[in-house]
Parts: sequence; C-alpha cells; structure tokens
Amino acid sequence: MPVETWLIFVISFMILGSIVALELKDLLSSIIAIGIVGLGVSVSFLFLQAPDLAIVQFLFEIFALIILVRAFIKKDYHQEKPSRVNKILVGVTIITLIAVFFLSVNIFKSLPAFGNPLMETSEYYLAHGAKDTGSANLVTSIILDYRAYDTLGEITVLFTAILGALTIVRIKSRSKDSVEEQL
Amino acid sequence: MKQSSGMTLIVKTVTRVSVWLIILYGIYIILHGHLTPGGGFAGGVIIALAFLNLMLAYGRDFIKKWVNISFLHDIESSSAALFLAIGILGIAFSGYFLANFLSGYGTLYRLYSAGTIPILNIVIGAKVSMGLFVVVWALSIFHIDKGGK
Repeated sequence: MPVETWLIFVISFMILGSIVALELKDLLSSIIAIGIVGLGVSVSFLFLQAPDLAIVQFLFEIFALIILVRAFIKKDYHQEKPSRVNKILVGVTIITLIAVFFLSVNIFKSLPAFGNPLMETSEYYLAHGAKDTGSANLVTSIILDYRAYDTLGEITVLFTAILGALTIVRIKSRSKDSVEEQL
Repeated sequence: MKQSSGMTLIVKTVTRVSVWLIILYGIYIILHGHLTPGGGFAGGVIIALAFLNLMLAYGRDFIKKWVNISFLHDIESSSAALFLAIGILGIAFSGYFLANFLSGYGTLYRLYSAGTIPILNIVIGAKVSMGLFVVVWALSIFHIDKGGK
C-alpha cells in the first residue's frame, strides 16, 4: 500500500480520537483519548521517514500524559456544564470553512506532488551536509551546525520556563516554610 | 511489609532494575546523536523520564534524599552557559558564532567525528534532562501546596 493510504488511516484515527476526547464525560478517559492524537502524530512521522521527530514526539507525548494524569487524577475539579449549541455560529463556521476550501482549490493544484519537495536549501544539505560537518546524521548536522542559533533559542525558552515554574513555586510557598526548605 | 510512600513492592522492585537500563539507553541516544536518530533532546527526555519513573514509584521524599535537587538545577544552568561558551570558542577559532571549529578531525561514521556536534549534544542532553525533571519536581510541590488549602 502507498504511504498516503496509511497516512489517511492514521489521520482519520486521530480525528476520531480527538472527537471522542471532547465528548467523553470522564476526565481520565478524555486524557487517554488525547494520547491517541500524539501517538498518531508519532506514527505518521515514522511513515514519512522522519525517525528523529518520531522519537521526540513519542517521548514528549508520554511526558505530557504523565503530567496530565498526575495533575487530574486526584480530584476532578473541572465540572463543565453541557453548553447550548449556538446554531447561527455553527452555520457561519461551516459556510466559512466551505468557502475557504473552494477558494483555495487553485492553490492545491499548484502544489508539488507528494514526496517531491521543491526546496533548494534541503537539496544543498543532502548533498553537502556530511562533507561539511562530518556528521552522519543529517538532522543533527542541521540543528547543531547549520541552524545552531535555533537550538540556542530553544534552550533559552526551556531555561526561562524553568525559571518561571520555580518562581511561581517560591511565591506560593513564601507563607509556608516547610515547602520552602524542600527546594 | 511497611509501605511508607510510593507504590507497591512489585513496582519498586521492577523500577530498581529498569531505571539504570533507561538511563543507559538515554546516554547511548545522546552519545550517538550524530550517527543514529535521536540526539540531545530525545536522550535528555529519556533520562528525565527515568528520574520521573523513580519519583512516581518511590515517592517524593526518597528522591529528595537520593539526589540533591539544587545540584540538578546547577547542572541545568551551567550547561546553558557551556553552550554559549562553545559558541564563543567558535568565534575565537573559526570567526563566527557557534562555528564547528573541530569538524576536520575524526572520520565519518565513527563515534569520534563531527567536531563540536557531539559536545553540544551532551550539553543539550544535560540541560533538557535536568530541566524537565526540575519542572516536574516544582509542579509536584505546587500541587501538594494547593491541596493543603
């Protein structure tokens, strides 16, 4: 079977999982249904021959699920009432989506065929990457040599996130001394 | 058998064996980042998940005795500074920031190759693993503090 068939199967499974996650009443079951979406993204990266992205996506999905389950399993403090459906809003949304789809049919025709990108930069990386950097894994040679500024930015984002989390904990525990000395 | 904190004895026994294998696998992914799929981010998340596994199985108090959380935070901060230092060494040796000034040494497809890329992978692995674990640790303390109200 071609890759597109498998991708359509995986993506329809992901859409089904997200609809189930919206409709379920129990919060834990809903979190596990969200996990289908992340694992589906990981599997579709594997089908598109991007194992680096698949590994990172898979691990971060596990990480996010553990944090979500730990945060919500103790007490169910999110009680949402069933909201009334605004029929005018739903109609406007559907009409807008259909209009956008029909107006962008010409763009779909002008796109290159699936699996045939027209990017000259990536052609250069494929041809010269191993010789320039000496790295056999071209993804690593891009993120740590050609685009190392990008990685520096990601590290800065992570550093700032940790500082923010620790600052919030310090503020919260200022009144209680027992938590302060745990850090 | 007295259960002080954490999960049951079965989970603790399995964790005691498997955590070291998970940490070893994370170190392998980090060190071979320039040869096989993976790298600093993926290996760092694996090591952080090993620490998280230990924290879920044995409880928060055991982790506080076993590792020094502020030391992990120091590792995380100093590896960010080390990344910048390697970038500035690139200015000194090759002329521009984050230049791969060691790329001529080593042979392709061997562990010793690719110049500064393995070094940067190790730095990013230390940064990501310790950073994610410290975030989870901070969030767990926050949760306890909120529940006591």
